Amino acid sequence: MKVATTKSNTQLVLNGLLNENPIFRLALSMCPAVGISTTVRNGLMLGVAVLFVQVCSSCTIAAIKNYIHPRIRIPTYTLTIATWVTVIDLLLSAYFPVAYKAMGIFIKLIVAFAIITMRLEVFACKESIGKSFWDGLGMGLGFLFGMVTLGFIRELLGMGTLLGHDVLGFKPLLFFALPFAGFFCVGFMMAVFNYVELVFNRMKKKRG
Amino acid sequence: MSRLKFKGLFCAILVTLVLVPFSGRCASSPSNKFIQKSAFKGKNDIVITFAAPVEEAWAKDISNYRVYEEPDPDIRLEISNITLSQDRKTVILHFDEELNQNQPHVVTIRDIKSQGKNLGTAIVKVKKLYLGFLFSIFIGAMLIHNFVFTKYLGLCVFFGTSQKKSTAVGMGITFTIVMVASAMMSWFLYQFVLKPYHLDYLQIIVFIGLVSLSVQAVDTILRKVNPVLFKAFGVYLVLVIANCIILAVPLILADNEYNAAESFMLALGAGLGFLVALFLMSSVRERLELANVPPTYRGLPIAFVVAGLFALAFLGFSGMSIF
Repeated sequence: MKVATTKSNTQLVLNGLLNENPIFRLALSMCPAVGISTTVRNGLMLGVAVLFVQVCSSCTIAAIKNYIHPRIRIPTYTLTIATWVTVIDLLLSAYFPVAYKAMGIFIKLIVAFAIITMRLEVFACKESIGKSFWDGLGMGLGFLFGMVTLGFIRELLGMGTLLGHDVLGFKPLLFFALPFAGFFCVGFMMAVFNYVELVFNRMKKKRG
Repeated sequence: MSRLKFKGLFCAILVTLVLVPFSGRCASSPSNKFIQKSAFKGKNDIVITFAAPVEEAWAKDISNYRVYEEPDPDIRLEISNITLSQDRKTVILHFDEELNQNQPHVVTIRDIKSQGKNLGTAIVKVKKLYLGFLFSIFIGAMLIHNFVFTKYLGLCVFFGTSQKKSTAVGMGITFTIVMVASAMMSWFLYQFVLKPYHLDYLQIIVFIGLVSLSVQAVDTILRKVNPVLFKAFGVYLVLVIANCIILAVPLILADNEYNAAESFMLALGAGLGFLVALFLMSSVRERLELANVPPTYRGLPIAFVVAGLFALAFLGFSGMSIF
């Protein structure tokens, strides 16, 4: 049953960042991508939180995979994730109370993000701890990358600032700073990823 | 057959909708028989109606009234002035600051003087009509603060199951039922176990564990007891766990300290709001199949743009207040 992956550690990380980017390619865990990607700082915070939870729960499940009965594996995954989310929730509320308030309910909702459960189900329950760590890191970084990109676009175009510093001096498109613009923004970014893939495939065809 | 079942479900939901508010507590009842009615008026006023004309000198004396919000008896609210109606039966208390009408206010009226007699002190509770409050929670969760379009929750499942109308309705109904059941259980656990024993920090683990275990239980029971119903709704049960809304509602209930009836209305509103969102979206996406969409936008990207337009439309509900 065990099918050890043949990919190297770097490939695993790159896979999470680009090929299977959780936000733009797999279209999982969209709620935070739409809801609180209004600034780079928010994106960074939630990205780091998800990275932490993903890596920790991947390692935990990989370590105890032989003791989990297959029929109750989903509740087990959920409870493992919930434990790590509680840890990060308490840590953030203690050390970064202001940013934690801005994030609202989303930190607690990391539990329900499909991406983490899906990685545990697809990857961590079959692989060694080391591989799971790199896969979790890749997925977490992919999510972080997606959130920061969205935050970058929305903060720059909407407010003309980056990380709170005034960069442009004017507000090009206030529209992007409004909460519902997240839908449009994610849609555009997905289209961009699709377009890059299209061009890439065309070039490949020409060459070979 | 399945259509009949849908109707039955809708009827059941409607009946509970009508019955439950009546089981909640009813609007204010004054402790002193002499006071007939007390209510909020506008943003800054409280109106008190007496059974008979009162003496003008007594009624206009501000020191005879004491007003505070029920949770904070120490903080007295300043009355700016008092007007008495022509028939001397109705007193209007004006306040400088806006009243927080979501909290019940307690008005203490000292030594009521009417036609030369002293009628004793009365304590009156003023609150908004409770049925209206419940209804506003329901409408608020369903339309004004729609969880999908204004809070951006539950999007994975929303985009995953809104391709066909039949799937959308099935998912919506399953979700509403599980939502109401699990919210009531979480409310009970939070109020009677977690809070008394100061285990608040465990709320994430307890809520999500409760949801996933109850979904697993419903799955197993339904499979054995009613295979027909399981065939119709079983597929969606697993998806319910992956929906953020199922966790967001218990967390909101715990934060706002809602009581049982209010929790029920919020959960029902959240579930039906999700159903409405799914239905609207699936209607559009069925048409999109026939449209000529640029290749890079085909599938999810265009669905996101449509959802954005819906979110823009739902902004129209914001600021709407009923009751």
